[in-house]
Amino acid sequence: MQVLSKTKTGINGLDEITMGGLPKGRPTLICGGPGCGKTLMALEFIVKGATLYNEPGVFMAFEEKAGELTTNVASLGFDLDKLQKNKKLRIDHVHIDRTEVEETGEYDLNGLFIRLDHAINSIGAKRVVLDTIENLFAGLTNQAILRAELRRLFQWLKDKGVTAIITGEKGQGTLTRHGLEEYVSDCVIFLDHRIVNQVSTRRLKVIKYRGSLHGTNEYPFLIDEEGITILPVTSLKLDKNVSAKRISTGIPSLDEMFGGKGFFKGSSILVSGSAGTGKTSIAGSFANATCMRKEKCMFFAFEESPQQIIRNMKSIGLDLNKHVKKGLLEFHSFRPGLYGLEMHLARMYKLIKNFNPSVVVLDPVTNFVSVGLLTEVNAMLLRLIDGMQNAGITLMLTALNSGTTEHIDENVSSLVDTWILVRDIECDGERNRGIYIMKSRGMKHSNEVREFIISSRGLDLVDVYRSSEGVLIGAARKARQKQEGVRTGQNGNGQYRARIKK
Amino acid sequence: MKKTTGSSFEENSNGVDPYVFRLYITGASPNSSRAIINLKAFCEKYLGNHYELQVIDVYQQPQIAKSVDIFALPLLIKKSPLPERRLIGDMSNSDKLLKSLNLT
Repeated sequence: MQVLSKTKTGINGLDEITMGGLPKGRPTLICGGPGCGKTLMALEFIVKGATLYNEPGVFMAFEEKAGELTTNVASLGFDLDKLQKNKKLRIDHVHIDRTEVEETGEYDLNGLFIRLDHAINSIGAKRVVLDTIENLFAGLTNQAILRAELRRLFQWLKDKGVTAIITGEKGQGTLTRHGLEEYVSDCVIFLDHRIVNQVSTRRLKVIKYRGSLHGTNEYPFLIDEEGITILPVTSLKLDKNVSAKRISTGIPSLDEMFGGKGFFKGSSILVSGSAGTGKTSIAGSFANATCMRKEKCMFFAFEESPQQIIRNMKSIGLDLNKHVKKGLLEFHSFRPGLYGLEMHLARMYKLIKNFNPSVVVLDPVTNFVSVGLLTEVNAMLLRLIDGMQNAGITLMLTALNSGTTEHIDENVSSLVDTWILVRDIECDGERNRGIYIMKSRGMKHSNEVREFIISSRGLDLVDVYRSSEGVLIGAARKARQKQEGVRTGQNGNGQYRARIKK
Repeated sequence: MKKTTGSSFEENSNGVDPYVFRLYITGASPNSSRAIINLKAFCEKYLGNHYELQVIDVYQQPQIAKSVDIFALPLLIKKSPLPERRLIGDMSNSDKLLKSLNLT
């Protein structure tokens, strides 16, 4: 049985979505509106082919001149001049202007065929891009000839055995303005550049791929200094490897609440609580502990700058700066409004991939609600949690829960393995912090509410005092402790006794 | 076309530039053969001997497809007198030829 063979594009993520690349020796149509990244994607296909897979390519431009093209992509690190010199690439600009050409009778596009053939043969090209051939429709009036010739051209490309990308501008109600999809039907990829809530997101969809399975979702992609990255995100299969290894939370007394061992490695942890309950401090301790083990940690901060966090953590006795200097800890601070959700996810994925940390912290995820609907934020977090789990990276999310933000923590909680809740306990004119574990999958964990103390020595949990009058915390606990100490010292059978740590 | 004095254009004896044509064709394809026949007939009729025609087979010199920027064939380029004009097709529409070459 002959299976369709594929040509790797070398574009990050595209080969995963198409399960191996574009159909080998056949034309693929990439279509989309203006500025959606068609030309860049096509060009990257050629450049990656030439640099990674030793497959020279011909780029036939009907829009931009070779010089413009070279300048436009120089910022992406594509050196087209060098590739041309090394005979890995040929750029051919076809200039079309209806005002300069008069039609007198029957003609054909043999000139284009000869030109393309010559370009392909001169460097032994395996890849061809026609960007965008629809411009011919603007230059030539005889549609009947043009359509017949295009049909012949695509057949000719197939016969020639080159893997080709044809780009096309999106039309009204059609994929391309002039219906190129009629001729190029093996593989059609649609690019979209959409702005929702003033935030732009690029998306890619494989509309059709004859003879092959492919991902059918819309995938966000980004264009940055390294070219195009597409996120083959939603691998929603629940079949990842899990680790039984445990890692410390960074707070010994919190470790104790998890049976003395801490979190599972590669699990996801949600720390939620109201404002000022020390969520960032918990995250900071966890990051510190990770770096102390000589493991790498990546800290995404959406509220504070790295300097702020470092300064603030110093006040509780954590020196994060030394980890940053050693390269074990990397901060990335940005406002959620900077990009759309997809873009954030894509960027984070990329940064994580490059840094390869064992722990990732997001502080706080609730801020994303400002750029997306709650359901979208949840979907994004789901994908992030999923991705991290697949990569065996331990993920800590913090979430603010207050009356105003919708309860993102509750929505996310079903996705995470461990959920720690920190809350204010107000009584007797004091505000104290209580901490407890809402859930922790697959391990023994304490059911206690503990008092959570932030001091210059770090974070600590102390036992709360239970009495017949209720739970004693803060000053009441201290007073009782003192009283207790005195009592036990006196007659040895105090009414109140400290709970024994498990 | 009359030429103004003092310009550097080449001049023939009677003060008028000859028509210089280049016709790009592909081998012996029907369009190509027709274009040659039609153009020759046209020139005989309207220009007499006052023209030069060079026929170039692009198949024989594929590299000129790029240098001359050819995509549709047959292609006729009027090199002289200026301005340069490009016409594509089998040259069967003599009205259009007349108009494009400013011969009306």
